[in-house]
Amino acid sequence: MADGIIVRDLNAWFGSAHVLHGIGVTIAPKAVTAVIGPSGCGKSTFIRCLNRMHEVVPGARVTGSVRAEGMDVYAPGIDPVQVRRKIGMVFQKPNPFPTMSVFDNVVAGLRLGGVRERSVLEEAAERALRQAALWDEVKDQLGKSGVSLSGGQQQRVCIARALAVEPEVLLMDEPCSALDPIATAKIEELILELRSTLTIVVVTHNMQQAARVSESTGFFLLGELVEFGVTRQLFTNPHDKRTEDYITGRFG
Amino acid sequence: MTPRSRRAVNVVMSWLAALAAGLVVLPLLLIFAFLLWQGASAVNVDFFTHLPKPVGEVGGGMANAIVGTLMLLTLAAILGLPIGILRGLYLAESRDRRLPWVARFLADVLNGVPSIVVGIFAYTIIVLPMRRFSALAGAFALAVIMLPIVVRTSEELVRLVPASLREAGLALGIPEWKVLLRVVLRTARAGIITGVMVAIARVAGETAPLLFTAFGNRFWHQGLDQPIAALPLQIFAYAIAPYDDWHRQAWAGALVLIGLVFVVSFAARVATSGRFTGVR
Repeated sequence: MADGIIVRDLNAWFGSAHVLHGIGVTIAPKAVTAVIGPSGCGKSTFIRCLNRMHEVVPGARVTGSVRAEGMDVYAPGIDPVQVRRKIGMVFQKPNPFPTMSVFDNVVAGLRLGGVRERSVLEEAAERALRQAALWDEVKDQLGKSGVSLSGGQQQRVCIARALAVEPEVLLMDEPCSALDPIATAKIEELILELRSTLTIVVVTHNMQQAARVSESTGFFLLGELVEFGVTRQLFTNPHDKRTEDYITGRFG
Repeated sequence: MTPRSRRAVNVVMSWLAALAAGLVVLPLLLIFAFLLWQGASAVNVDFFTHLPKPVGEVGGGMANAIVGTLMLLTLAAILGLPIGILRGLYLAESRDRRLPWVARFLADVLNGVPSIVVGIFAYTIIVLPMRRFSALAGAFALAVIMLPIVVRTSEELVRLVPASLREAGLALGIPEWKVLLRVVLRTARAGIITGVMVAIARVAGETAPLLFTAFGNRFWHQGLDQPIAALPLQIFAYAIAPYDDWHRQAWAGALVLIGLVFVVSFAARVATSGRFTGVR
């Protein structure tokens, strides 16, 4: 079943600050959707609402509904742990667990989820590392510390770690902003490869990146979804004046 | 300020800082040298393997006190560490504001309570109901003294673990309690162990709280509900006795005690300087 992510009337707060206003959007399954907008526009908060990571911050609150691949994310009986198994996340700064080896990092989700059999873990690690296009580079250093790799490799370890639990959706919060252009190109290539198996939402500051990797793009401004549409169209022929101002570099 | 005078000030301040560093290390070196000078002659195989001799007989050792101290420390660690570390984790992670503040304040107060008062406390709630001095009461008193140190270092070190690691764990669909135990605590492990060693070293030499809890014993231990020998107690008893031979043994005991602390701290350092250390 693949029906993407349906967001209806999503509002989010940090304490009394209302940071997302009535977001409604339908994100296509097995495709890449980019989220762009200036700093502080709520784009990170938006994707953190999709896998219930927003509520991890003290004082944070959410209303509205999110339906991700058939799961009602904010239904009363749903455990956030279930949601996050289904919806993986990659963060802005590579954050491998420093006390774990590359291998242990990749299988952390499975192992802490109760998987014990060595063979299952090894299989999952290889599959995830291949998917993250990292297997050939690290297959001989699986026992090394996760933080001993380069920044780009660390980020791909984090992607492999997210993929190892076989999520249906992958959220990426500015996954390349801490990386150099070569590492960035690798991650982008990876995103393009992964889209046949996963629904991907990627937040980015880099409009060229959004144009390169995504089918659809949403533009956020001041906590509102100003425009959402086919990427090419949004960049070449935006409907909204504010979108046009942003993509032509007039502000933000 | 001219470059010349700036350089002069720099040299003077560097030397002052070096001097201060030397002065700090000096007492430790002096204590160690003095102990070696006074006690080394009485440290021999007998000292580690024999029981104390009756008054008037020369020789004998403090084997029972060495074993007793190790047992008391182990028992105190078993009683105090899990509670202390988990409480530190709670203080660092709790989203509530008031309760952690109170708990932290109380830990600081407890840290300032004189150890003899802790001994009286253990005497009142364990020795009196049991109607006898015991290893258990001694270990309890030591655990109470360790607690605030362990709580505060655990808290500080858990706070040093970057929030991004917690988020990474949570985003993988790992339940929060598992993230805390398997990711956060594990990352802070090396530093917490250092704190634990400081706490153990601190209580290893405590005498006052053991005076009316562990009480001391001139024989091998006879069970955790019985009085037990401890190095600091034995040192105390021998040091105030009127016999030269006992004085020498007291010095030797002090030397062994310091050596013990040194070895334990060093071992912990080596054990935690592994490949994948987190924050320390």
